[in-house]
Amino acid sequence: MKAIHNLIQSIKPHFEDGGKLSRFWVVFDSLETFAFTPGHVTSSGAHLRDSIDLKRTMFLVIVAMVPCLLFGMWNIGHQYHLSLGQSSDLLANVMVGAWKVIPLIVVSYGVGLGIEFLFAGMRGHSINEGYLVSGMLIPLIMPVDVPLWMLALAVAFSVVVAKEVFGGTGMNILNVALTARAFLFFAYPKQLSGEIWIHDVASSKAGGMLVDGYTGATALGHLAGTVGTAAADASQATMSMFASGGMFSLSNCFLGLIPGSVGETSALACLIGAAMLIWTGIGSWRVITSFLAGGLVMGFLFNLIGANAYMTLPPVHQVVMGGFMFGMVFMATDPVSAAQTNTGKLWYGFFGGLLSIMIRVFNPAYPEGVMMAILFMNVMAPLIDHYVIEANIKRREKRLTAAVA
Amino acid sequence: MEYLSIFVKGIFVENMIFAYFLGMCSYLAVSKTVKTANGLGLAVIFVLGITVPINYLLENFVLKEGALTWLSEDYANVDLSFLSFIMFIAVIASMVQLVEMIVEKFAPALYGALGIFLPLIAVNCSILGGALFMQERQYPSIGEATVFGLGSGVGWWLAIVAIAAIREKIRYSHVPAPLRGLGITFIITGLMGIAFMSFMGIEI
Repeated sequence: MKAIHNLIQSIKPHFEDGGKLSRFWVVFDSLETFAFTPGHVTSSGAHLRDSIDLKRTMFLVIVAMVPCLLFGMWNIGHQYHLSLGQSSDLLANVMVGAWKVIPLIVVSYGVGLGIEFLFAGMRGHSINEGYLVSGMLIPLIMPVDVPLWMLALAVAFSVVVAKEVFGGTGMNILNVALTARAFLFFAYPKQLSGEIWIHDVASSKAGGMLVDGYTGATALGHLAGTVGTAAADASQATMSMFASGGMFSLSNCFLGLIPGSVGETSALACLIGAAMLIWTGIGSWRVITSFLAGGLVMGFLFNLIGANAYMTLPPVHQVVMGGFMFGMVFMATDPVSAAQTNTGKLWYGFFGGLLSIMIRVFNPAYPEGVMMAILFMNVMAPLIDHYVIEANIKRREKRLTAAVA
Repeated sequence: MEYLSIFVKGIFVENMIFAYFLGMCSYLAVSKTVKTANGLGLAVIFVLGITVPINYLLENFVLKEGALTWLSEDYANVDLSFLSFIMFIAVIASMVQLVEMIVEKFAPALYGALGIFLPLIAVNCSILGGALFMQERQYPSIGEATVFGLGSGVGWWLAIVAIAAIREKIRYSHVPAPLRGLGITFIITGLMGIAFMSFMGIEI
């Protein structure tokens, strides 16, 4: 520790004003403050002192994502070997997963931080840490076989258009990671649907190596196929996969032993992350709980309607499938793009959960409703805040007139 | 049920702004604060809710081929639909005149804030668009046409208050100088369009 500190102090003069490398001050500054708590002190007035700054906050979110990441790596290998009908052990599974996921993470951070450094240098502000979280989220919500150039393009688009043009970290209106996912989804719909959820499934299929009847579609993909038909007419083969003992049984979905995006499959890992975020106070429990409530309410309403097999799925099963839990814990709670007021957060979360399940069931073109629902609620969040604040002003005015009269 | 479906479709699935990009000029220009945006949005709901049914009557009893048979059987072959643009616009302009007088009388502050954009509702593309969509989609009764008009209006209102709230929120953001004002508004509109795409293709 001492050695690093000495090294940083010894090269510091080169980066300060007048030094040879002063052009790279922002880079140096960000690395220094990342390693050590900055030594700046305020020169006037009283200030709250707390060791939690933006860098530490962001880092805690990444720690909360680690269970999802590790489980995701293992699950990629697990699904891969499952699709080939081979048995495998822990190490083999994780190796396959790491082989696929680490390049995604490297590209995501490389491109994103590169753009971030560029903008910081050009605009003369210090580098913000916001991308640390987005850069980890983006690989986790990508299908495992997404081409790296596509990932790079999506990252570049979302960092520039969704974040930097608004003034960087803390100013964006849409969640950066979700914008990247939505961009890819709309720009390359063909490449982002079908056989990409399991590593190499397309080539295994071409080689005739797949287990019989294995399609590689996600749970939501299977269910989207049942939307057009009445509940009684739904294909029994499809629905039996969701019964207990099937591929997408409640316990499999909860544990995450199903195909899907890299980090989203395991509800359990997401809930561990949620516990960490709530315990450290970084994620809003209001958003998380109301989001879950919204999803369950909509699932229950669909049970009552029961117009097709998708609607008859139990609400609990609905919320453990697909990206619902992941979106709820890591996307909806984004403190920048979520509603800012406490009451607003409850509305924001509730409608987010409601819409997630609704879009999923009503719109078979977008099996993953969570992404779209959260983006939509991001757009609506400032409006919700506006009306919450207006209502509060009105309430207090009334109290004032009552007190005066 | 049919009415509800048309109404919801008008708001979300076939949103005037995000699905057809109609009425963009006032959408971009009057969305600086939620208060004025709300006023203009309500005015658009009102005008669409009135003009679409009136134009529906015009279309079905005057303009369409054979629409004049209620006068006399001799007119069965008369087709006045080449007049529809000018007739629709005339109805819209007179309705807007009415709205303008009402707003000036009851909300002078809003009247001042809306400025030139209030009379310009007359040439707001979403209003004429509403009438033309009504003509094209051949709604079976005046009730459906009215609900369609109101739904489209509410969709437009939702779009403009949402962007106004966003613009209020980012007022103090450090937006790059060349993008301040309209530039960033265009980008926000595009991003909102992505968010609204969640509803495209929903059949209700």
